[in-house]
Amino acid sequence: MEVLRIATSGSVDDGKSTLIGRLLYDTNSIPQDKMEALHAASKRKGLDFTDLSLLTDGLVAEREQGITIDVAHIYFSTPTRKYIIADTPGHIEYTRNMVTGASNAQVSLILIDARKGIVEQTHRHFFIANLLRIPYLVVCVNKMDLVEYNEARFNQIVEDFQQLLASADFKGQEVKFIPISSLYGENVATRTGSINWYQGPTLLDYLEQVSFDHEDSRHPARFPIQSVIRPRTTEYHDFRGFAGKVASGHFNVGDEIISLPSGQKSRIKTIEQFEKQLSTAHARESVVITLEDEIDSSRGNMLVKTGNVPEQRKEITANLCWMDQQKLVNGKTYLLQHGINRVKARVQQIHFVIDVTSNQHIDGKVEMGLNDIGNVTLKTAQPVFADIYAENPANGAFILIDEFNNTTVAVGTLI
Amino acid sequence: MTHQINWEFPQALEDEAIYILRETAAQFEKPVLLFSGGKDSITLVRLAQKAFYPGKVPFALLHVDTGHNFPETIQFRDWLVNNLGLDLIVRNVQDSIDQGKVQEETGKYASRNALQTVTLLDAIEEGKFDACIGGARRDEEKARAKERIFSVRDEFGQWNAKMQRPELFDILNGKINIGENVRVFPISNWTELDVWNYIRREKLEIPSIYFAHEREIIERDGLYWPYSSYLNTTADEVPFRQKVRFRTVGDMTCTAAVLSEADKLEDIIAEIMEAKISERGARIDDKRSEAAMEKRKQAGYF
Repeated sequence: MEVLRIATSGSVDDGKSTLIGRLLYDTNSIPQDKMEALHAASKRKGLDFTDLSLLTDGLVAEREQGITIDVAHIYFSTPTRKYIIADTPGHIEYTRNMVTGASNAQVSLILIDARKGIVEQTHRHFFIANLLRIPYLVVCVNKMDLVEYNEARFNQIVEDFQQLLASADFKGQEVKFIPISSLYGENVATRTGSINWYQGPTLLDYLEQVSFDHEDSRHPARFPIQSVIRPRTTEYHDFRGFAGKVASGHFNVGDEIISLPSGQKSRIKTIEQFEKQLSTAHARESVVITLEDEIDSSRGNMLVKTGNVPEQRKEITANLCWMDQQKLVNGKTYLLQHGINRVKARVQQIHFVIDVTSNQHIDGKVEMGLNDIGNVTLKTAQPVFADIYAENPANGAFILIDEFNNTTVAVGTLI
Repeated sequence: MTHQINWEFPQALEDEAIYILRETAAQFEKPVLLFSGGKDSITLVRLAQKAFYPGKVPFALLHVDTGHNFPETIQFRDWLVNNLGLDLIVRNVQDSIDQGKVQEETGKYASRNALQTVTLLDAIEEGKFDACIGGARRDEEKARAKERIFSVRDEFGQWNAKMQRPELFDILNGKINIGENVRVFPISNWTELDVWNYIRREKLEIPSIYFAHEREIIERDGLYWPYSSYLNTTADEVPFRQKVRFRTVGDMTCTAAVLSEADKLEDIIAEIMEAKISERGARIDDKRSEAAMEKRKQAGYF
């Protein structure tokens, strides 16, 4: 069974939590006792309907303020697929959470209030989804019930959004527009007949048929070594296997490989998954690889195929999203973690900061603050075996860690 | 409405969990796996076995024994560690009581569930464990839905929901300051059904109390409580025999039974899919308030 990861973004009151509640409700994913608790909580708040948004707003602070302040994960499944929704808030002060939620998504779900149309937050959501190259974008025009299910209103919003798309850097996203009413469940998982002018799929129908990213086969093969398994038991006395998860591409038994950074070559002898022997390891599979020759490789090294070796970079230019209260300081040293590999890195230059609502570059910045997205150059102490994010996302991203308090302070994608 | 059951386990979840366990072993000096004897920690043990095969599991199991466990759970625990050749550390809540660090609750709702936090934190300090691997899942409860895979705790074991590190892509940052430790949740993205389908696929043994069996129970607040010497009962609470099973493994004083005839794994899974009550709905400890879980987590609860 496949797992589809969705990131939802929306403004505070455009009904995002209600939409998710609706998806759960219509796929029978809410157990009876939770449903009863929901009815009771809605009543206590003096509402005359069941507030499905109460399902996902998990923290006390959120229930008090009626807003979502972190990334919540929600799960539901249909007979064909398992879905994981990363529900993130839309406020500017939570840009970092939006980036977090979007970083693992195959589908970005953007909600627009039909009465308000495209707002500042729509720009931000779209910018992030585009920056991270999420392959599928579903734009749900919500609260259609409040505009009398008006087709012209929907078309206007679609047209406005097309302009956003035209200005985007990455044109490869598949974009789908769906008019919905999450309060009444129209076009979420079912049709109630209120929007007869719309012939396209419901949101759930659309999600069910999204095809999976099988373009992995065209991505270069990358295998970061997490650890070396050497049991030293009688049975496995000479066993020496490299444990890791294939970052991208695939490896076959017999493939000629190069270990980075040493440059030593060998061939894949076996690919193992517990007691099973595999002939191929695909992207995202956790396996153990053994080689024909004894070569010196350890954690943080990377196995790649000959003929497609990543550049060993000591200077990285990247789009960077700053996620910490303490500002990014030009010239300061951080730890850069690319996949599982950590190296020291220094910020050489901040080229510009991007105004994510207008896509304008602001030059001359010497620092970056919380939720800023900018373009920087970093210098690393040891080479990093990364790919350009646009060419191979799975091997093109990194985080920065503050050396003093160990917090994750930024995420970057190589350009 | 009847569900169509999908018996297929999403393989991506196992690959992700194994990746997390390998990161845990590599990034920390002394991880430990928190083992309760329940299906989630049994799943973790299997994942750990697979992650490091043919090598040994590079960390021990830690069981905080409240003294109120189902005897079947303890039997199972000892069988499992023997069978797989694992190291087991047991710490007892009774010792924390005897040391005067915690006080036994009184009244008919008395349980040792809240007390075990102190024993756990002491065990972490004593063992100098910098990472505790747990089987919590985000679908269990809404405060858990927000917890990270590497969740940093301060030296009092507290979780600060507003100060969580962002987790991006599959990059895990396990760097911590002195005194801090990390709770690791490799099966964060699994649902209850995923766990059951995994147990089925891997043909894992589980404690017998998960299957329908006859036992003495009492009825209280609309729930079926297992009758035992640990449970404080009132005069009108008369135990009777009933065929039941348990959906989670907790203490005998805070885990309610469900009426069931399911004695095969397939029947259990079918029952869960038809279930009208969510998994933690049968956990009496969560019923105390809407924010019960979040409050306990802030206090260092697992």
